Amino acid sequence: MPFQLTINGASHSVDADGDTPLLWVLRDVLGMTGTKFGCGMALCGACTVHLDDTAVRSCITTIDSVGESKITTIEAVGTTPAGKKIQQAWLDHEVPQCGYCQSGQIMSASALLASKPQPTDADIDDAMSGNICRCGTYVRIREAIKQAAQSGG
Amino acid sequence: MTLTHTASESTAAELSRRSFLRAGVAASGGLLLSVSLPFATRDSAAAASGSFEPNAFIQIGGDNRIVLTMPYVEMGQGTYTSIPMLIAEELEVDLKQVHLEHAPPNDKLYANPLLGVQATGNSNAMRGAWLPMRKAGAAAKTMLVAAAAKRWDVDPASCRAQNGEVHHAASGRSLAYGALAADAALIPVPDNVKLKSPADFKLIGTPAKRLDTPSKINGTAAYGIDARPTGVKIATLAQSPVFGGRVKRVDDAAAKAVNGVRQIVQLDDAVAVVADHMGAAKKGLAALQIEWDEGPHAKLATADIARELETATTKPGAVAQNVGDADKAMTSAATKIDATYQLPFLAHATMEPMNCTVHVRPDGCEIWVGTQAITRVQAAAAKALGMPPDRVVVHNHLIGGGFGRRLEADGVVRAVEIARQVDAPVKVIWTREEDVQHDMYRPYWLDRISVGLDAAGKPVAWNNRFAGSSVIARWAPPAFRNGLDPDTTEGAIDLVYDIPNFHVEYVRVEPPGIPTAFWRSVGPSHNVFVTESVIDEMAAAAKQDPLDYRRALLGKSPRAKAVLELAAQKAGWGDKLPERHGRGISLQFVFGSYLAQVAEVEVGKDGAVRVRRVVCAMDCGSVVNPDTVQAQLQSGINFGVTAALYGEITLKDGRVGQSNFDSYQMLRIDQAPAIEVHIVKSSEPPGGMGETGTSGSVPAIANAIFAATGKRLRKMPVDPALLKQA
Repeated sequence: MPFQLTINGASHSVDADGDTPLLWVLRDVLGMTGTKFGCGMALCGACTVHLDDTAVRSCITTIDSVGESKITTIEAVGTTPAGKKIQQAWLDHEVPQCGYCQSGQIMSASALLASKPQPTDADIDDAMSGNICRCGTYVRIREAIKQAAQSGG
Repeated sequence: MTLTHTASESTAAELSRRSFLRAGVAASGGLLLSVSLPFATRDSAAAASGSFEPNAFIQIGGDNRIVLTMPYVEMGQGTYTSIPMLIAEELEVDLKQVHLEHAPPNDKLYANPLLGVQATGNSNAMRGAWLPMRKAGAAAKTMLVAAAAKRWDVDPASCRAQNGEVHHAASGRSLAYGALAADAALIPVPDNVKLKSPADFKLIGTPAKRLDTPSKINGTAAYGIDARPTGVKIATLAQSPVFGGRVKRVDDAAAKAVNGVRQIVQLDDAVAVVADHMGAAKKGLAALQIEWDEGPHAKLATADIARELETATTKPGAVAQNVGDADKAMTSAATKIDATYQLPFLAHATMEPMNCTVHVRPDGCEIWVGTQAITRVQAAAAKALGMPPDRVVVHNHLIGGGFGRRLEADGVVRAVEIARQVDAPVKVIWTREEDVQHDMYRPYWLDRISVGLDAAGKPVAWNNRFAGSSVIARWAPPAFRNGLDPDTTEGAIDLVYDIPNFHVEYVRVEPPGIPTAFWRSVGPSHNVFVTESVIDEMAAAAKQDPLDYRRALLGKSPRAKAVLELAAQKAGWGDKLPERHGRGISLQFVFGSYLAQVAEVEVGKDGAVRVRRVVCAMDCGSVVNPDTVQAQLQSGINFGVTAALYGEITLKDGRVGQSNFDSYQMLRIDQAPAIEVHIVKSSEPPGGMGETGTSGSVPAIANAIFAATGKRLRKMPVDPALLKQA
């Protein structure tokens, strides 16, 4: 039985086993490759997407658990106010290096900013410590989140 | 991979016009400049014979587009921005006007010249490109000016190039480069072009925005893992858990029954599940019953390897450097330090797991991958398939972390072996567990070192004999000569310090069954840790401050002294710290750059180490993009912090003991130090950048732990059990 998923505002019918992680439906079935695979065990955050307004790891989020929730991915996070600010701050601070983890970083940071418009360092640690960056761009991630928090709009 | 560490200096003399630059008409009708960068060709027969082997191309089209095709690959180090900056500077165009193209080996125009020279590693891109790329830009500008002057029938000296146009002030005429490109292609390449003086740089030295950033914040950047050729299937695999083992028996009935699984591919030493998507492939893999013949290394443990290395250091090795007579000087030393240092195997753990997409057809093979060494990949695939290399088309992609891992072709060969049994393009994705357990590792190292001090604490003798794998001996065999190679010894010899009697030997020992590879900061990742720890031990034995002790030994190294003093000053060296906090220094001259770091650590009562802050000062010669220099140091330092605190691949029963980020930990934002980068202004040729931070941060941390606790850690990673408060 196909699953109906609402992704970035569009409805998709997906014919896959219910225990299939959302990550692989996004990447391999629907061809939305902005969401990345890093570990498969919710240890690195590269696959982070939003389920409604919450950041989740799509590598362990099975499609039968999504229900009516709306999925937002890196491809569309720029249409949300917080996502747009975060992307701009990422550009201004030249955060990415290899860039592979940055989809997930931006999704986690956007969810943080949407829920806590003025995050403290401790908030940033809490929200972002699930996202590994092997290039070690942490200094800039922190600066960029702070800038995004200060930008108006 | 350039194996000479003073490439920039030496290339200046080597770069005659004939050897590095040619001009011609581009296929599009414009100007084509072919540039031979001093690169891996240095050791090749072709280079020796003086034949022209271009590996970078600059095209100026009639549409004013400037297209650069170059052999270096972007893996986060900023090369896609800093190399175009060199051309744009001398050519007098806006950086935005320079467009980059991946160098595709299938393109008829570039195929042959690019073969055999493409690799990005050892922090050498900028060092190799600094002069040739600027000279190429200047030559193109001179030719465009000459073309304009000819058309206007005026003296070229009365024309000026600016903003992608040639201007003639006296007559008020101007022409865009595009309108002159075809004419310029017919003008001889000038013998000597004058490069801009650094005082006139508009672009070099400014924090230019990286050209690859916009695509990396919205999901559009295409990494190898994102390739989706039509009809692609997804595969994942299980390789023999013991290196050198083989598949004995497979029961694949349950795997085949998984919805979406299409095929099971069995190889000698691996089994792959091919499916419609990775979810099904992983499920299928979990359902496979594989019985392995574990082979000769089934009992191998890390301790066996360490023991073998230790034994090796009791026998003579190849002499890497000898100054004076260390043995003799040692007999008269007032104080002696004897120590054994050890560094573990390390995995690369790039965030993008190993992957490669391959379509094997009867007439050829197509490969989609992100690689640091595209021609190596092409050659390896061709060999595996028994095809000539020109039948193998490689589409290179952005790299989701290289760090040396993607200088290797093993993942491509694996994918080819699988794909040749599949009647469709197949993307082979390694699980993180496979990625960690079947990496090619930073070698395990063991150093046996003795130093002697005189009554005043000054070093009089240094004897170091170390053992471990030579990656170069496998990767670039001609560069391994007389038992030595330039990577393995970098940072162990040619120290910045004045040590009158100095002797270093290397013993090559390859670990049984364990593949080794380059890992960010390569040889110096090992040698700088040992050297800078030992210098610290000497300072302690001499009862002197580690900063003062080093400073007194830097008579011959003013640039090293300058970075040391700057880092110490900015870090507040000597300021009081709370109990069980400490500062540690490291100083290095590797990859052609000088770097000093001061790490500040806090050691908990339970022995847990937190790196609070790292302050560094760098003299990497001329700085092309200061923002990239800062970014690379932040990156390299965090890479080193990860290694110091967590990095260790262990073996037991021939199996790697780590598997995912729970057991092979990475530094996370809540543990990451504040990092301050200070850059020393210099007009020397550029040094390497991408790896320097890593080699220096590990000893700075170890030395800081010593300052905080009095415990000298001679083995990495940090073992908190040794640091518990009594």
